[in-house]
Amino acid sequence: MTEKPKKILVIGSGPIVIGQAAEFDYAGTQACKSLREEGVETILVNSNPATIMTDEDVADFVYIEPLTVQVISRIIEREQPDALLPTLGGQTGLNLAVELVEAGVLEQYGVKLLGSSVDSIKKAEDRQLFRELLTDIGEPTPPSFVVNSYEEATEAKNTIGLPVVIRPAYTLGGTGGGIAADDDSFNAIIKSGLSASPIHQVLVEKSIVGWKELEYEVMRDGSDNCITVCNMENIDPMGVHTGDSIVVAPSQTLSDNEYQMLRTASLKIIRKLGIEGGCNVQFALVPGNVVAETLPDIEKTGPSYYVIEVNPRVSRSSALASKATGYPIARVAAKIAIGMSLDEIQNAVTQKTVAAFEPALDYCVVKIPRWPFDKFPSGERTLGTQMKATGEVMAIDRTFEAAFQKAVRSLEITNRSIVWEDPLWFSDEESILNKLPIYPNDQRLWALLAGLRRNVSADELSRRTGIDPWFTRSFSRIIAMEKTIESNDLSYDLLRKAKRLGFTDQRIGELLNQSAKDIRKLRKNLNIKPVYKMVDTCAAEFEAQTPYFYSTYETENEAEPLHGKKALVLGSGPIRIGQGIEFDYCSVHAAWALQEEGVKSILVNSNPETVSTDFDTSDRLYFEPLDEESIFDIIDNERLATGPEQGDNTPSIVQFGGQTAINLSQNLDKESMPILGSTAHTIDVASDRHLFEEFLRGINIPNPPGGSASNIEEALQVANEIKYPVLVRPSYVLGGRAMEIVQTPEELQRYMKDALEAGEGRKVSIDKYFVGKEVEVDAVCDGDSVLIPGIMEHVERAGVHSGDSMAIYPGLTLTKQEIATITDYTTRIGKSLNIKGLMNIQYVIVGGNTYRSPGSITEDTAEYEKTEIFVIEVNPRSSRTIPFISKVTGVPMVNLAVKTMLGKQLTDMGYGTGLFSANGIVGVKAPVFSMSKLTGVDTYLGPEMKSTGEVMGIDHDFESAISKALISANLRLPEKGSILLSISDEDKKQSGRLIQNLVDAGYDLFATEGTASLISELGKKVVAIPKRLNEGHPNVVDVIVNGTVNAVVNTITGNGSAVQDGFHIRRAAVEKRIPCFTSIDTATAAAESLTSEGPNYNVKSMLEYIRAPQGESHNAK
Amino acid sequence: MTKKAFLVLEDGSIYPGESFGYEGETFGEIVFNTSMTGYQEILTDPSYAGQIVVPTYPLLGNYGITSSDIESSQIQVAGFVVRQYCEEPSHTKITGTINEYLDSQEIVGISEIDTRAVTRKIRSKGVMMGVIAVNISPEQALQQLKNKPSYDEQNFVQKVTTNERYQWMESGLGYDHIADNLRILVSDYGLKYNILRILKGKGCDVEVFPSSATSDDLLTQNPDGILLSPGPGDPELLDHLVATTADILGKVPVMGICLGNQILAKSLGAKTYKLKFGHRGANHPVKDTASGRIYITAQNHGYSIDPESLPSDVDVTHISMNDGTVEGIRHRSLPALSIQYHSEASPGPKDNEYIFDDFLEIVKETK
Repeated sequence: MTEKPKKILVIGSGPIVIGQAAEFDYAGTQACKSLREEGVETILVNSNPATIMTDEDVADFVYIEPLTVQVISRIIEREQPDALLPTLGGQTGLNLAVELVEAGVLEQYGVKLLGSSVDSIKKAEDRQLFRELLTDIGEPTPPSFVVNSYEEATEAKNTIGLPVVIRPAYTLGGTGGGIAADDDSFNAIIKSGLSASPIHQVLVEKSIVGWKELEYEVMRDGSDNCITVCNMENIDPMGVHTGDSIVVAPSQTLSDNEYQMLRTASLKIIRKLGIEGGCNVQFALVPGNVVAETLPDIEKTGPSYYVIEVNPRVSRSSALASKATGYPIARVAAKIAIGMSLDEIQNAVTQKTVAAFEPALDYCVVKIPRWPFDKFPSGERTLGTQMKATGEVMAIDRTFEAAFQKAVRSLEITNRSIVWEDPLWFSDEESILNKLPIYPNDQRLWALLAGLRRNVSADELSRRTGIDPWFTRSFSRIIAMEKTIESNDLSYDLLRKAKRLGFTDQRIGELLNQSAKDIRKLRKNLNIKPVYKMVDTCAAEFEAQTPYFYSTYETENEAEPLHGKKALVLGSGPIRIGQGIEFDYCSVHAAWALQEEGVKSILVNSNPETVSTDFDTSDRLYFEPLDEESIFDIIDNERLATGPEQGDNTPSIVQFGGQTAINLSQNLDKESMPILGSTAHTIDVASDRHLFEEFLRGINIPNPPGGSASNIEEALQVANEIKYPVLVRPSYVLGGRAMEIVQTPEELQRYMKDALEAGEGRKVSIDKYFVGKEVEVDAVCDGDSVLIPGIMEHVERAGVHSGDSMAIYPGLTLTKQEIATITDYTTRIGKSLNIKGLMNIQYVIVGGNTYRSPGSITEDTAEYEKTEIFVIEVNPRSSRTIPFISKVTGVPMVNLAVKTMLGKQLTDMGYGTGLFSANGIVGVKAPVFSMSKLTGVDTYLGPEMKSTGEVMGIDHDFESAISKALISANLRLPEKGSILLSISDEDKKQSGRLIQNLVDAGYDLFATEGTASLISELGKKVVAIPKRLNEGHPNVVDVIVNGTVNAVVNTITGNGSAVQDGFHIRRAAVEKRIPCFTSIDTATAAAESLTSEGPNYNVKSMLEYIRAPQGESHNAK
Repeated sequence: MTKKAFLVLEDGSIYPGESFGYEGETFGEIVFNTSMTGYQEILTDPSYAGQIVVPTYPLLGNYGITSSDIESSQIQVAGFVVRQYCEEPSHTKITGTINEYLDSQEIVGISEIDTRAVTRKIRSKGVMMGVIAVNISPEQALQQLKNKPSYDEQNFVQKVTTNERYQWMESGLGYDHIADNLRILVSDYGLKYNILRILKGKGCDVEVFPSSATSDDLLTQNPDGILLSPGPGDPELLDHLVATTADILGKVPVMGICLGNQILAKSLGAKTYKLKFGHRGANHPVKDTASGRIYITAQNHGYSIDPESLPSDVDVTHISMNDGTVEGIRHRSLPALSIQYHSEASPGPKDNEYIFDDFLEIVKETK
């Protein structure tokens, strides 16, 4: 064993984007803990504040700074680590490691690269090198040829055999390519492909679409010991990104021979790559006979499998494998990285055996991706090689059917239980199969079930989809049970069988015209209740210590009720737009705070990517869906049969799991199940429009006027009274038709028509939309007093969803008076609502400028004197900004909140009450989007949230903080360059400052006609560009695509044709991956940061910023 | 409609389930196996003679039954206890379902069982006798069980060994011919075909002898090496095999696997003992004591060598990382080595086939 490093730098993965989500917080957190266990000092760098890994007590030194070579070099210079561990930070971490090596930084400072060498990273990532490596060790890859002519192509085809994939070289998004299954289509595609390629070159590759897709998670230590942690089978065959596939673990349709064949291949590959740590290997395997019959020439294919891809690092799949097996891959990988061998590492689950073994599962695990198309109904829903899911759910049970049904419940898509069907699928009676979307898309699982419900055979569906019949037949057993329930008396045997197949009380009730409550009662009378079994890595062979459980309808319960004080923390489920990793951060802190107070924490969550579902985060983990049935069953299971607390219901904490958990408060309350913290009534008052208005009126705090309407006439009348523009939103959320800003009666009519259709007559809220400065406050309240850690002002005006706004702490441009009013309102609302725990309030300041420059505001600016402040909304729960505000102020919000819930007083906690004093630092939170991955989705900022993640810039002054936030969010304007401006009429009068700043920074301006004349009028140079695509070249899209401009400002107002007009501009910018600003305010702020002289920001650990603030203070004036 | 059935254990525990496979009663020692694949190989492994096997993995029969995944001529387990079995398997070369397979060979099974509960019972109380009852009540079953001989009293090797010696012709695929024409005899205590496939695949001339073969029977064949196969039951009952082995030791290179390992150890003077619940699965880590390397192995044994009883000229070459028990021995001077686990896998990881190479190397050196 080589000498163990003493100090290691760990790179995090940055903001949450599609393809790189919370799994890396889980991996990084586990790794840091694991390294510290071994006495190694850790330095962590990540730009994402909404992570547990960036907490003070996870690593020894935490840097929340941009993930760039420059910044990391400075950290290395300051901290002098002996080693760098990049394999836990996703692709981001790996890429940075390669860049650091190539820049000579590691060599310069004598930093050793752990885990994977640059050589093995390159061998795994470079297609050609990878192919050579595989050939070297005799592992098969799909044969392919690069050809330059039709003749060469035909020769290649004859060698490979049809079907083949044809990929033209150097075309965007594979234009001109395709899959050819017969000679005719081959001829056609080759011709189009050769002509589409600017160099007349195409790749002809054996098509393995329709083959089974398998993944193996393998580990190797420095002594060359190798093990397989888990294998996983994708239900969706080859052709769909594994992140977008429904996955089952372990594999279900592989014989031992096949299982071992792929296992052996995986071990050969990890050995050849020389990885010390974890690695993921993906395979294509020849399908079973039903599917194989649909693939031409399958017999002639040669090898029965191909190696597709390798990830030489911890990945999303390894997080899933860890949760599916209980084997902590990241923890073990970190220990291997410092030279330990697998037999020296304890199995933390059994605490008896060692990490050198292969987990045995005695259950079935199903993962289903969570796609964002409920938010983006216009997005392209077809699934392929580009991942589109934002998150995923996992479910565990003893049968596939039950695990699958649980996973569908866990998705939490409004109005989409397992029986959901789109009526459009059945508009044409004769051809169900032609209408059903059984091609790869986010609705496929429902479409398959709908088909089976209408007697399409499982094998027919398998032939059409390539999904192994083992799975479609399992689905048809679910459908068969639906029919049995409908047509039989619900006997004990039948009810038990239905529950064992995963049917919910709700679903059984629906089939029998009874309520879920009726079924639950019947179930209780018949003593049919779930038991809880442990995930123990060893299929019960050894006694295990880990309190990680799943429900199942079997005989023996292993989760005896915990004794003593305890509370349930309801988690936040899958990561989706609007409910991200922030809530997992809160749930984890809630569990820890409970433990600190001597209360046992019981976590419930369904998300395998998270820290909250790590086996040592809480005293007990139930890996379960977050719905009424599952929570009630858990509370039942935790009820003691004997002892002093006999019969007590364990209280639930609903404030930290986002909307998922808060929505359960009313269900709990109805059944008299206790809730810790703010009561269900308080939650109801804050959430119900009518009650809330009444409440605010009672304490004399203003909110924007408005009303609700259930038809077009009422809506027009309300809007007429309060005057346009108005903010409209349904009192429910469905299919993404949610919040909009409406400028005219015509738009309102259109909106109401759509909303009423979709909402089956439910009401629509209509509020006055104030164009004003938006301010956000998080606060903790104990019922008597309120602590506000800080005030955040948004860069963008009200109307942009707070999750998509840049937020600045402290409110740099707010006047003393405004701060006093906000503090007063917040305090009174907290006390009067009787909040116990957290709340989040959004305010709009009306009057004065909507954009205020943090650089130039002075106390006596006259225009701010007569501003008015309105409350937009109060959320009686933790918010998205809790991690940000906690980190930037040092006030541990969740911890304090939990203590207030347990009855402690804020005055005893050492942080005071009222507004916590600002500490001389500035934090800027910036949203991060995943738009390049979602074709067809418009990127403009509006009341609907679109971002997937966030980053933080922190420093002693605003310019540095915002620069860092922009760098981390990939919105930083280059030092010099060209920019395309297309500014809406409403914004034109406020664009002077932006234009001036850009010109000052030396930018060349390009603009659409209207904007160009404005710029000319200001006496600045500008190149006018046609906006419409048919009015000559270069047009707006050309200058983006050909790289003439480095950034785009395209602002819009309203929802009319202006939005349509700019769509292609914005998509082009997104696909070109250049900054695109759709709010004049963001653009102005970004331009303002340009004028500061270059990047002279600090690079410091959080402890240095928070505990020992220094430098110039920008406190509220 | 499926019939009700019960799994009843010696200690009186009753697990209700549904009849599966053949409808009837079966008695045997209840053991669990943690492999997640390879049920057909397990069913046909003669080492499970007299045992009712409980796979801990809940879903069985998913890829059906094929003609190639067999390890002996018939199903060998006394009974099969599962959570769920698959009536509609999916694979490339299916010849039938697991249900039909058991039924056709009159093997009693039971499904819908909380197999994890059974496993936990065995883990904490140790292996015990049990019965699957379809046509009689649990009480009757328990009563009948009391009158049955216990597992440890029965000589299963004589039931599963071949009656006649035979040549093995089927060659395993993908092996290098490193041992062309070496003549290897296999003493069949209850062997798995894959041992033969591997040896043949490596080029050996393979002939199988019944366990009753005497040392003369074997030695007169002029073998280059003798492999003592795995097999069922308590080695304490197999003194004649120990004696035969003692006779051939030193005269010809010997390799033992599983029961063969125990017989070899006993022939060297060591003792064996019964493990509480045995090792059965495909995920058992074993450490090579010389190199420090870890190997994941397939295991299936209820008895183990007592390391204290090993003579000083025998090295423990492998130990279990789970419980420290002996997993392999080698004589310092005589050409004899053996392993407690299954280098032939099937089912299980193929990481340990190198043991055959080690043996064949010794055979070549000795020749």
